[in-house]
Order: sequence, then C-alpha cells, then structure tokens
Amino acid sequence: MQTPSQQMIQIRWHGRGGQGAITAAKVVAEATFKSGYGGVVMAPTFGTERRGAPVSTSLKVSREKIYDLSPIQFPDIVVVLDYLILNEVDVTVGLKPGGLLILNSPRPLSDHPFPDFRVAVANVTKFGIEAGLRKGIVNSGIIGALGKASGLVDIEVLSQCIANEFVGRKPAENARAAELVYAATEIREPSRGGSHA
Amino acid sequence: MSEKLIDSGNNAAAMAVQLAAAEVIAAYPITPQTPLTEKLSELIAAGEMDAEYVAVESEHSALGVCIGAASAGVRAFTATSSNGLLYMSEQLHWAAGARLPMVMCVVNRGIGAPWSVWNDHQDAMSQRDAGWIQLFAKDHQEIVDITLKAFRLAELVHIPVMVNYDGYYLSHTYMPFELPDAAAVKEFLPAYEYAHALDPQKPESLNTVTLPDSRNDTNGVKQPGYMDIRHNLHQEMRLAMDVLEEIDADYQQRFGRGGAPILDPYCCEDAEYIVVAMGTIANQFRDVVDRLRQEDGLKVGVLALQVYRPFPTAKIAETLQSAKGVMVYEKGLSYGNQGALYADLKSALYPYPARPQLHNFIVGLGGRDIRTEDLCQTLKTACQQDDLSAPEQTDAPQWIGLQL
Repeated sequence: MQTPSQQMIQIRWHGRGGQGAITAAKVVAEATFKSGYGGVVMAPTFGTERRGAPVSTSLKVSREKIYDLSPIQFPDIVVVLDYLILNEVDVTVGLKPGGLLILNSPRPLSDHPFPDFRVAVANVTKFGIEAGLRKGIVNSGIIGALGKASGLVDIEVLSQCIANEFVGRKPAENARAAELVYAATEIREPSRGGSHA
Repeated sequence: MSEKLIDSGNNAAAMAVQLAAAEVIAAYPITPQTPLTEKLSELIAAGEMDAEYVAVESEHSALGVCIGAASAGVRAFTATSSNGLLYMSEQLHWAAGARLPMVMCVVNRGIGAPWSVWNDHQDAMSQRDAGWIQLFAKDHQEIVDITLKAFRLAELVHIPVMVNYDGYYLSHTYMPFELPDAAAVKEFLPAYEYAHALDPQKPESLNTVTLPDSRNDTNGVKQPGYMDIRHNLHQEMRLAMDVLEEIDADYQQRFGRGGAPILDPYCCEDAEYIVVAMGTIANQFRDVVDRLRQEDGLKVGVLALQVYRPFPTAKIAETLQSAKGVMVYEKGLSYGNQGALYADLKSALYPYPARPQLHNFIVGLGGRDIRTEDLCQTLKTACQQDDLSAPEQTDAPQWIGLQL
C-alpha cells in the first residue's frame, strides 16, 4: 500500500524569525493550490519566536484532501533560508534518503556535502540585491530554488503568486528575485541512498 | 459567486462572520484568537463590513457588549480563547439564561497556570455547563459552514452558540476552503428579528429577581419561576439538535455541503472498534483508520462529535452500542476524575445492555505533539487487548505522549 507520505509531498522550512519563511511557505501553498493540488496545509510552528532565532514551518501538498495536521516528521524536502542555521539546527533530521535539501548559501555546492540527499544551492541573498531588493530579503528568492529543484510548480505560477503576495512591497522585484534564483540554482544528485519520489 | 481560496482558519472564521452580516463585534485580543477579530476590525475599517467594532478592556466586557447588542435585537459576535473564555464565564451563563442568540468562536487553547498558548480543549470543556450550544469544527470548510449555521441556530432557538476550533492546528494553518456566495447566504440567514428587543415604546421587565415559584404578572398571566425557566432552557437545548439537522439540510441544499451536523462517522458501518474524538484529531484518525484496516485488518472507524452540548445521547449510543470497543481520545479532562467526553459517553451507553468496552486516552494537552504513530499504536493495542484487568483500572484515563 501507499503510505500517506508517498501520496503527499512534505516540505519543512527553516529560517530565522523575521526572515519570512512563513510568507514563503504561504506563497508556495497558494501556488500549489492554483496548480491543482486539492490538499494543501501550511502550518507554522509556533514557539517563543524572536527576531533572528531559528524558526520552522511546514507545508504538506497532496492531490487529495489532507486530514493529518500533525507536524512533519519525515520531510521529502527541506528548505533553508540561511545556510548558517546549519550550525545551529539539524535541518536534515527526518529527511528521507534521497530527499531534497535546498540551501541559500554564498558558498559553492561542493562546500555542502550531504551525500544522502539531493542538494540544491543558490546565493539567494545576492540575487535579491540584484533584483533590486534590500539586502537580506530572501523569502521570495528561495521560492525560485524550490521551483527549480522540485519541479512542483511552474516558475510562472510562482512568480505570479509572489507578485500577489508582495503587493505594495516591490512585487516585480520580488518575483524577479525568484526568477534569477530559478535560473542559477545548482543541483547535485545524492551520491548514495535511494532516489527522491 | 462562491469563491475557492486558501487562507488561515482565523481568516476563514472572519470571512464567515462578514458573510453572516454580524452587526456588532466586541472582542479583546488573546492568542490564538487575535487574528480573527483583527481581520474583522480591518474589514469594518475598510468599509467592507457594515458593523460596529467595540474595542473593550476585557473579555468580560466583550461578552457584556454582545449581551447588550443582542438584547437590542442586533446580531452580535465575539471570539476568544483559553483564560479569556474563563474571564467571560459569568457572562456566558447570563447570555444563555437570558436566551440571547449570539455566536462566539472559541479558538481552543490550554488554560494557565502554567501559561500555554498552544492547543487543547480544556477551555471549552470547562464551560460545558453554561447553557451554550457547543459545536466543534475539524477544518476550515467546517469553520465557515458551522459559523453560518450557528447564527441561524442561535436565532431560531434563542440559545447562544459557541463554535470551537483548534488553536494553531486550524487558526494559524493555511488550507483551502470554499466561501459561499454572499447573496445566497443572505437568503439562508435573513436579518435577525428579536421579539423582545429593547424598545422604550414597549417596556418589558427582563431577567430581574425571579422567585422560586411561578406567579401571575400584572396582566394576570402566569409566569414561570426560576426553575421553570431553567427547565425550558434544558428542554429547548435538547430540541436544538433537531433544529440544527433541519438547518443543515437546508444549507446542504443551498451550498452542497453538509449531512453530518451532529456526528460525522468515518468507516463506522462495519466497525468493531470506534474512536470518538472532537476537532482536528478526529480527522487525523481517518488516516489511522485507513492504515489499521489495510495493514492489520482491524475493523476500526472514527466518529467525530460535532456537537458536544447538547450531548447527542441517543444518536451516539445508537452508533456505538454494537461495537466491541470504543476509544475516546480527548484534549482535556475533569481533574481528579477522567475525560469529560469519556464520562458523558459512558453515561450515554449505560442503558444499553450490550454496551462496548470503553477506553479513555488523554492526548495533546497544551500543544504536546500528537504523533500519528502514537495514535496507531495505542488504538491497535486497545483493539487487541483482552480486558482482564480490574474495572477501575480499565476505566482510568491513559495519558499519551507523557515525557515524565
């Protein structure tokens, strides 16, 4: 039989308080819903958030309605908005072998050896500035990396949803950041372990 | 036109209240309810909702304002959570005793001390005897649909209605739902007309000191005493279940959703073991039921209780009486005894000679993770258990996920 996780794509997002991980997950939730996924659940994890402290949020996507709202334990995809969080949080905990790890990092792909996982890296911070955003705005850009590496939703739909979300807050620049990151994301297949569903 | 969208549970509730054309909103902020009334105040400030938003200094006053508004024949709404609901407690009893229709969303959260902002059902359970109708939603669609039905129910039976939904699991989670067409809602829920609306031209004496015995009023008409009034509240609350079913049937005809306003069973027809739960955990059990049926061949089902007060005694007993085992999973308890829902269920089943074996599980207090794996394991164990332990042992609640 299929376990729920095989029918469902589970994405866990790691960022810092104030970085906009929840907004990014919300945009992708909207985009997947518009792309025909009937089951979409975006659930922020609430704790004692402070600006700058590591936070996480979860997004479950399925063709069918989702009944289980419990937190993600075994994600298919992990998105990290700031590579320095790797020093503070074990972001790959529960990530399935062959699962996808997406990093915003200024360092090259080779500096992030995760042999069990498919790894996607882009310098989202840099492309944000190039697109005309204030330094440190990465929550729109990282969506481009997710779009490229997962193939879950077309970049056009993602751009449109970003522009809708950021109305009055540089919508075109935010969408542009995602498009630049989409084009520049580098991906490495896992050197061992299974393949990603 | 109805609209399909994806948004938070709090925003879904706010949009339903907007569609219901509530005329007075009075609320005091408390997590995780706050975004709901924030959204309503935004809608009112933007001119998208024709209502008076009354900012108050406490929950006690919030419900006081709603009591005033409803007394004047105005459709009123408030929302709260946790200790905020407890601070309203006196007014809750008043609103019910005065038979004032209004709707309140309770975004369920654990009660302090110690402080918790996370979800359980202790807030709602602690107010179960206040005389309010208590409904529970399992997802965003139900938040919308139940809230709309709640206004009509409250106004038909003259009993206030509490719409409960799980803090964070629903309040802050984004999920798809359909918002019904505004004009169609207007037909489903016509303007509120209150026969006893405060009117200087038609003075009435309401809720004054009411003597133990009935007596004749100034016109020589016999008026009930306190006990008679309270008896009527109880009786009419029991009858409210039939009214809710009628409302639901009408809602289903108009909007295409409904059919399970009181009990929502999943795989219960042939089930030997049935889980009973309220709110989102009942939906989580659907996946557990699928798994145990496929992997272990266990004939299990889950029965979501959508109405806690009035308690659907006969309906629930009918559904459960022929099961071998019934497992009650709940997010609250009557301290020093057992789960309140469990006790209610046990009492409902007592008159049936072939009543099932019962198990009580306490889960997810103050937001403790409810792992699907734990639900699978505990349910499976309970199904396979040949109960040879002492009755008082079987009857004691089992705590899931303790970290002692």
